[in-house]
Amino acid sequence: MEEFFQQLTNGLAVGGIYALIALGYTMVYGVLKLINFAHGDLFTYGAYLGLTLLTSLALTDRLGFALGVLVLVLMVMGLVAVLGAILERAAYRPLRESPRLSAVVSALGASIFLQNTLMLIYGARFQVYPDNILPATTLHLFGLYLPLMRVLIVLASVAMMAALYLFIQKTRIGTAIRAAAIDQGAARLMGIDVNRVILLVFLMGPALGGAAGLMVGLYYGQINFTMGWVYGMKAFTAAILGGIGNIPGAMVGGLLLGVIEALGAAYLSIAWKDAIAFLVLILILIVRPTGLLGERVADKI
Amino acid sequence: MKHGKLFAVVLLAALLAAAPLFLNAYQVDVLNSIGLYGLLALGLNLILGEAGLFNMGHAAFYAVGAYTAAILNTRYQIPILWTLPLSGLTAGLFALVVARPVVHLRGDYLLIVTIGVGEIVRIALVNDIFGMTGGANGIFGISRPQLFGIVIRRPWEFFYLIWGCVALTIFLFLRLKQSRFGRALNYLREDEVAAEGSGINTAYYKLAAFGLGAAWAGMAGTLFAAKMTIISPESFNFWESVVLFMIVILGGAGNIAGVLLAAFLVIGLPELFREFASARMLVFGLVMVVMMVFRPRGLLPARGGRFSPVTLARGRG
Amino acid sequence: MMEAPSAVSSRPAITATPLLTLQGLTKTFGGLTAVDAVSFVVEEGSVVGLIGPNGAGKTTVFNLITGNYRPDRGRIEFAGTSLAGLRTHRIIALGIARTFQNIRLFQRLTVLENVLAGCHYQMRGGILAAMLRLPSQRREENDAMGRALKELEFVGLRQQALILAKNLAYGDQRRLEIARALATRPRLLVLDEPAGGMNEQETEALIGLISRIRARGITILLIEHDMRLVMRACEKLVVLENGGKIAEGSPEQVRRDPKVIEAYLGTEDEA
Repeated sequence: MEEFFQQLTNGLAVGGIYALIALGYTMVYGVLKLINFAHGDLFTYGAYLGLTLLTSLALTDRLGFALGVLVLVLMVMGLVAVLGAILERAAYRPLRESPRLSAVVSALGASIFLQNTLMLIYGARFQVYPDNILPATTLHLFGLYLPLMRVLIVLASVAMMAALYLFIQKTRIGTAIRAAAIDQGAARLMGIDVNRVILLVFLMGPALGGAAGLMVGLYYGQINFTMGWVYGMKAFTAAILGGIGNIPGAMVGGLLLGVIEALGAAYLSIAWKDAIAFLVLILILIVRPTGLLGERVADKI
Repeated sequence: MKHGKLFAVVLLAALLAAAPLFLNAYQVDVLNSIGLYGLLALGLNLILGEAGLFNMGHAAFYAVGAYTAAILNTRYQIPILWTLPLSGLTAGLFALVVARPVVHLRGDYLLIVTIGVGEIVRIALVNDIFGMTGGANGIFGISRPQLFGIVIRRPWEFFYLIWGCVALTIFLFLRLKQSRFGRALNYLREDEVAAEGSGINTAYYKLAAFGLGAAWAGMAGTLFAAKMTIISPESFNFWESVVLFMIVILGGAGNIAGVLLAAFLVIGLPELFREFASARMLVFGLVMVVMMVFRPRGLLPARGGRFSPVTLARGRG
Repeated sequence: MMEAPSAVSSRPAITATPLLTLQGLTKTFGGLTAVDAVSFVVEEGSVVGLIGPNGAGKTTVFNLITGNYRPDRGRIEFAGTSLAGLRTHRIIALGIARTFQNIRLFQRLTVLENVLAGCHYQMRGGILAAMLRLPSQRREENDAMGRALKELEFVGLRQQALILAKNLAYGDQRRLEIARALATRPRLLVLDEPAGGMNEQETEALIGLISRIRARGITILLIEHDMRLVMRACEKLVVLENGGKIAEGSPEQVRRDPKVIEAYLGTEDEA
C-alpha cells in the first residue's frame, strides 16, 4: 500500500507538470486549431533558463529559498512567454491563412530549430541542477514520507491551474479567449481583437510550460535538450485525453495520464513506461476522439 | 521543350550511373544513403504527397521491413535479397493493421498517432519484443547480399543495387501516377468529401496508400539491413521519420523529381558541410519554417496536369 | 410537424414510379432538430425542387440522401433499395450523384481529372494493372477519358479540359461539378444551389442544361433560391421551414400556399 501511494503521489506530481504543458497545447489549439509542436521545446527552455538563472543569480542565497524560487519562477515564466510570442510572430502568423499542413510543418520546423539552438548553446549532454540549493526535506504526511519537492510541485501546479481557470472564466479577457475559441469570425464581429487573443494565448501557454520546465529541473535534477518532445507528446496526449481545446480537460487529462503512467510503470513494466502514454493516445483517438470532457461536433459539409 | 527535358533526364541518369567511376568510396557511400532515403521518401510520397495523409511514423515501417529481413536471414539463413518481398509484405500488412483504426482521423491527429506508432515500435524493439529483435543492441551478422552469384559488399556494388531499385521504383510509380489508382489518391488529398461523393471508396484508398508506401519502406529496410549487416532500434527513431517527412514536403509533395532532389539536398548537403554537422538540424528546422512561409508547395511543386493534348486524342475511341 | 395541405401528388401525368422516397426523415444536431420528420417522393424522370428559407434544413436533407449524415429516424429508399447504413461511395454507385452548395472541386487538378473522378467507380484496374500497364488497363483508361471528354462537351467545357479547376470562372466551376456528377452515370442527380453566384445569362444557360440532362432520362432533385429557375425548371416543389415540410405540390400551388407566403414574407426577395 505504501508503494501504491508513493506511486500515486509521484504520478500526481508528474501529472501536474503534464497538465501545465497541456494547457498551452489546448489553448493554442482552441483558438488556432493548430498543434503547436514547438510548445514542448518552450518547456525545455523553461528548464534551461531556470538552471542558468538559478546558478548565475544565486537567487536562493540572496532571497532565501521560498522567495528566491518564487522570483525565479516568475522570471522564467516571463522569459518563456516572450519566446512564445516571438514564435507566434515568426512561425505561425505568416501562415494564418495557409493550409493546415503548412502551419503544422512550420511548427515542426520551429520545434527542431529551438531544440537545436539549445543544443548548440548548452551542448548535447545532460545538465544538472545544483542539489545544494534545494532542501532535500522529506515530509511526513498521512503516514507517508513524501519528498518536499513532490508536494510543492503538486501544490504549485494546482494553484497555477486554478488561477488560469478563474482567469478564463471570470475576467473579460478570459471571456474573449473563450469566444475566439468557439468562433473566431463571430468573436471578431463582436469587437474582440482576435490578434490580441492569439498573442495572449501565446504568452500564457508558454509561461505555464516554462514553469513546468523549471519544475522538472527542480524535481528530477537533470535536464536534456530533447526532453521537450517526450514531455510535449505526453502533454499533448493529456490534452487529447481531456478533450482538446478544453481547459479543465487538459488539467484532468494531465493528472490522469501522470497517474496512469506512474502506476503502469510500477505494476506493469518499467521498460514500456514511455509507450504507455502513446498507447493511451491511440486508444483515446480510436474510442473517443473528442476526449473525456470534449463535446461532439458535426463536420460541416 | 519536351525534348530538352528528356535530354536533361537522360544526361542526369547517365551521370549518376557513371558516378562510381569518378567518385571515391566515401562519396559513393553518401550516394547510397541518398538512394535509400530516396526510396523511403518515394514510398512516403504516396502516403503524404499523393494522398495527403500526414504520416510521421514512416520509420516504423522501415524498421519492420529491416527487422523482418534480419530475422529471416540470421535465424533461418534465407538469403537477404530473397527476403525483399516478404519484408515488404510484412511492413505493408503491419501498416494496414495499424492504420485501419486511425486512418479516418483528421490530418494533425493522424500525424500525432503515427508519431506514437513509430515510438511504440521503437520501444518494442528496444524491449526485445518476441525475444527476436535483440533489444537495444539489435541484430548483427546479417549476411551480404548475392546477386547473380556476385557477393555485394563494396560501396559501388551497393550503389548499383540501391539505385537500380530507385530507378525501378520511379518507373513503377510514374505509371501508378498515370492510373485510376494514382488519381484516386490525389482526389483524396484535394477534397475527401468530394472524392467520396464522386463514388470513390476513400477509406479503401487511404489504407491502400498506407499499405503500398509502407511496403516500399519495408523493402528499403531490407536493403538497409543488407548494407549495414547490423541493425539496431536507434536507426529507426523519430528523427528518421521527421527527415523523411521533410524530404517529401521540401521537394514538393506529389512530385517524384522533387522528392529525389530533396533527398539529395537533405542527405547530401550536410556531407558537404561536415564542419557544421552539429548545426544540421538547426538549419533544417529553419528551412522548414522559411519554406512554409515563402514556398509552401516545395521546391518542385507537383503539377496538376497528367494529360497532354496528344494523350487526349486517345480518348476519342 | 405540419401537414402540407397539398401533399397529394398533383400531376398524375408523370409515370409516377417513385425513384427516391423519403419517409419520416429526422436528424438532430445536439439539441437542434435540423430535419424534422420529412417525407416526400421524387418520381422517375421528374425535376423536383426543394426550397425554403436559409437554415430550413435543405442541405441536411441532401447530406442524408448521399450518406454524409446518418438519419436519427426515417427511411430513404432509392429505386426500391434502402440506403440505410450505406457509405456515400456505395450510394453513388447505386445511381445518385450530387453537387455541393459551396463548390467542391479538386482545385489543383485539371478539369479533365475532375471529371475522371466520376468515372472511377466504373473502372476496375488496380495497383498491379497500373504498374504493369496491362492492355485491359490501357483500354479502360482510354474509354474513361473518352467518356469524361463527352461529359465536358455536354456542359460546354471541352476546350478547358487541361486547365486547372481553380482557374475556371465561377459559373464554369459549377458546370464542371455537374459534369463530374454526370460522369458517374446517375439515375438521380442532386444539385445543391446550382445557380448560386451565377449571373442572369449563366442561369439561363443552366436552365437549358437542366432540361438537356432531363432529356437524357436523368431525374433531378435540386435546392435553389432563384425562384425563376425553380418555377421554370421544376414540376414539383417541396417546401421546408425549420426542418419540417410545410408544403408540396406544383409551383403554382406552392406559390399560392399561405404557409409558404408566410414563411417567405420579408425573408426572400423574389426578384
